[in-house]
Amino acid sequence: MTAPLLELDGLHVDFHLRSGTVHAVRGLSFTLGRERLGIVGESGSGKSQTGRAILGLTPPPGHVTAKKMTFDGIDLLNANKETWRKLRGRRLTMVMQDPKYSLNPIMTIGDQIMETFRSHVKASRSEARDKAIEMLEAVQIRDPGRVFSLYPHEVSGGMGQRAMIAMMLVTDPDLFIADEITSALDVTVQMEVLHILDELVAERGMGLIFISHDLKLVSSFCDRVLVMYGGRVMEELSASQLGNAQHPYTQGLLKCLPTLDNASRPLPVLTRDPEWLA
Amino acid sequence: MSISMESENKTAPLSPVATRQNMREWLLSPEPKSPFQARLGRLYLNWRAFARNPLAMVGLAIIIMLVTTAIFADFIAPTSPVAGGDLRTARLLAPSAQHWFGTDEQARDIFSRIVHGSRITLWIVLLVTIITTPIGLLIGTVSGYFGGWLDSVLMRLTDICLAFPRLVLALALVAALGPGIENAVIAIALTSWPPYARLARAETLTIRKNDYISAIRLQGASDTRIIFRHVVPLCISSVIVRVTLDMAGIILTAAGLGFLGLGAQPPAPEWGLMIAAGRNYLLEHWWVAAMPGLAIFVVSLGFNLLGDGLRDVLDPKAAR
Amino acid sequence: MTSSGRYRDLLGKTFNIVFMMAATLLGLLLITFIIGRKMPIDPVLAIVGDHAPPEVYRRVREELGLDLPLFEQFWIYVKQVVVGDFGVSTRTSNPVLTDIASVFPATLELAILGTFIGTVLGVPAGVLAAVKRNSMADQIVRFIGLIGYSVPIFWLGMMAFFVFYYKLGWVGSDGRIDIVYLYSFTSITGLTLIDTLLQGQMDAFWDAVSHIILPASLLGYYSLAYISRMTRSFMLNELEQEYVIAARVKGLSETRIIWRHAFRNAAVPMLTVIVLSFAYLLEGSVLTETVFSWPGLGQYLTNSLLNSDMNGLLGATLVVGFAFVVLNQLSDVLYRVLDPRTRL
Repeated sequence: MTAPLLELDGLHVDFHLRSGTVHAVRGLSFTLGRERLGIVGESGSGKSQTGRAILGLTPPPGHVTAKKMTFDGIDLLNANKETWRKLRGRRLTMVMQDPKYSLNPIMTIGDQIMETFRSHVKASRSEARDKAIEMLEAVQIRDPGRVFSLYPHEVSGGMGQRAMIAMMLVTDPDLFIADEITSALDVTVQMEVLHILDELVAERGMGLIFISHDLKLVSSFCDRVLVMYGGRVMEELSASQLGNAQHPYTQGLLKCLPTLDNASRPLPVLTRDPEWLA
Repeated sequence: MSISMESENKTAPLSPVATRQNMREWLLSPEPKSPFQARLGRLYLNWRAFARNPLAMVGLAIIIMLVTTAIFADFIAPTSPVAGGDLRTARLLAPSAQHWFGTDEQARDIFSRIVHGSRITLWIVLLVTIITTPIGLLIGTVSGYFGGWLDSVLMRLTDICLAFPRLVLALALVAALGPGIENAVIAIALTSWPPYARLARAETLTIRKNDYISAIRLQGASDTRIIFRHVVPLCISSVIVRVTLDMAGIILTAAGLGFLGLGAQPPAPEWGLMIAAGRNYLLEHWWVAAMPGLAIFVVSLGFNLLGDGLRDVLDPKAAR
Repeated sequence: MTSSGRYRDLLGKTFNIVFMMAATLLGLLLITFIIGRKMPIDPVLAIVGDHAPPEVYRRVREELGLDLPLFEQFWIYVKQVVVGDFGVSTRTSNPVLTDIASVFPATLELAILGTFIGTVLGVPAGVLAAVKRNSMADQIVRFIGLIGYSVPIFWLGMMAFFVFYYKLGWVGSDGRIDIVYLYSFTSITGLTLIDTLLQGQMDAFWDAVSHIILPASLLGYYSLAYISRMTRSFMLNELEQEYVIAARVKGLSETRIIWRHAFRNAAVPMLTVIVLSFAYLLEGSVLTETVFSWPGLGQYLTNSLLNSDMNGLLGATLVVGFAFVVLNQLSDVLYRVLDPRTRL
């Protein structure tokens, strides 16, 4: 296999608050090639903080430490501003949960896509505009010229999220982090967005980290799955092997999902072993 | 926690350290045995958070100093604030060991005047608070609770009063009612209550939706009871913060009115009035005007710092 | 929303705004009317004197309309105000409106310059404080603002006058311009700085500058304290929004994020704050003008007060109140018009 895209060894993210220290991520390690990795967990499991840490965007008072954290051989732990500017938005990118908040409300969608493009690639306004329209078409927005001039509050959630994806893929990055990108959308819209993402990731050969709380969704979409709880990895397995999960937490999660043919009453509840937090 | 308290009671008399320790444990107990204990415990926690802020403590110290000075003015001031010394020799003396802030044009000790003037300032603060807070709370909670046309009418009224210029209107009002502290206070109060009404209304709208309000109503509580015993206590903390923060502005407005001769009348040692009197002697005897101004500044600063500190503790989202 | 639906909505909102403003102004008029009626001086006696026979007294009283029911009196009052009849000043014997028109430009000049100083210094200070939160720069900006909120404006003016005029001689004395230059130019706009510049009277111009700089800086300081605090607050609010994080993910430079993203979003509320600051300065000028003997509306107001000229006092109060209400409303409207989220 070719050199790994992302190498993470012993990642710790701690928040030093006045009431004590919160260990959001505890000793996370994995490597990622040009494949799709899913990170599943409930709220507070540390999955979002992992994504932020990889991009160097851990909010203060957070503190990131690791034995090793490299992207394509570039050290991310001690990267300076220049390095980050070259990486973020260009080779390493992320889409967040709610386009209502992650899009600048007073800039048109087209302007925002053009901005991303022109800050990394030397291009004229018309070149950037063409590229933006091209990207909007790639995410299957039917009237890209019209949507180009719209403001974020004038489009639906699904369209906004697709625009966001367009914005983050316009520079053809190597690694794409999807942080709960469908959690704020209706179920039908979710499938549309995921379908688009699926195609784009496949045709560009990007690495993908798909963060979600939805185990079923992740397993249908990714090659490998990391199950997180309390900041730690409980289990790492390939998506096809989910049925043979070994760890009681993963098994518990699977059991909690009701299926059409197995209507067990009462619905099973996850029993949490405090040892998992140790 | 409670077990250790009971067992402690059975042993021999405690040392002061142990009593303090027990007191602290009792206040911080995660399972308080009475609403009184819970309330005291929360007050204690808020106090601890407040005390961690050095600027807020400075503000508190200033206000305490203001209150003490006002109460014990007779003892703190070395001379009378109205009786001057020898008009031939003691006029307009520079600050010295004998007269810490110098003397004014009527040979009165400025320090003593300022000390006694603190009573007037405190009086203004109290009066304005007593008038505006109940009015604001009442209008705001009633408006937010009942909604509908009552809300619309009251809020229109509030918005109208909110849009008036405070100082200018107070000027005109005092001109009509005649000079004097009480009239100045009424004039200021009439233009100061709208923000509190708005604040109380906003809080009421949030509280009104809560389930426990519905629960009490199901138990048969009347609207009056609900408003006074349940809604108002919850609004009080943010209104108090706002009042404290506004207090500096109110003191400055009152001083402005005093400066124009519309507040307390001579020979009362009102600080604004003293500045006006000192204006005629500004160039050669700057301390006559400078000292009372400094006093106003310190007290306003105190209220601002105190208000900021309270806001940080009671309403951290609003604090920046 | 359909096109006609939009127009109806716009019409409804405009009507609402106009109605609120009219109601507020009416309230203002009501208050000034009541104050006028409560004044301790009998307006009839002020005209006829103490020794007038009772028939003269009654006649003048009738002429003044004082025996009509209060509602009618108020209605007459409103009609007078609408046409600009504020009565005659007992101090200057001029119609009050004429007096006010001649002194208002001086106050306008001060308020404009003060707001300008406050904005030009306050906005960058606020942005700096927000961007470098909790740093030394932030503390200094907040400290300066805190002082501005705690110091009495008239006292600071006096102290500044003492230091900068008397001790240091850096600025001109009180008043607007030295007598020497007073007739070296003609008043066109009423704004001395502009008039002297337009007519090339540079000596007069610099003298006017030396006179205006202290009171304008004083008002500018108060404006700065307010504007910097609000700007800081708005910027902090924007900087923690998710679109800022997204912008960082996009790899944009920090400068671009601060100015093109956060600042642009904060600009609309900032603009309304600047308009409000101008309104506050109009009020603040009342005391400032008294201290610096600045011949503006504020001084007119206080002089009327000291001379018991009720017409002058109430007229000036109305003008300030009117300006205040209109500016408040303007800032509100501006907010709604400029924010693309609420654009119709």
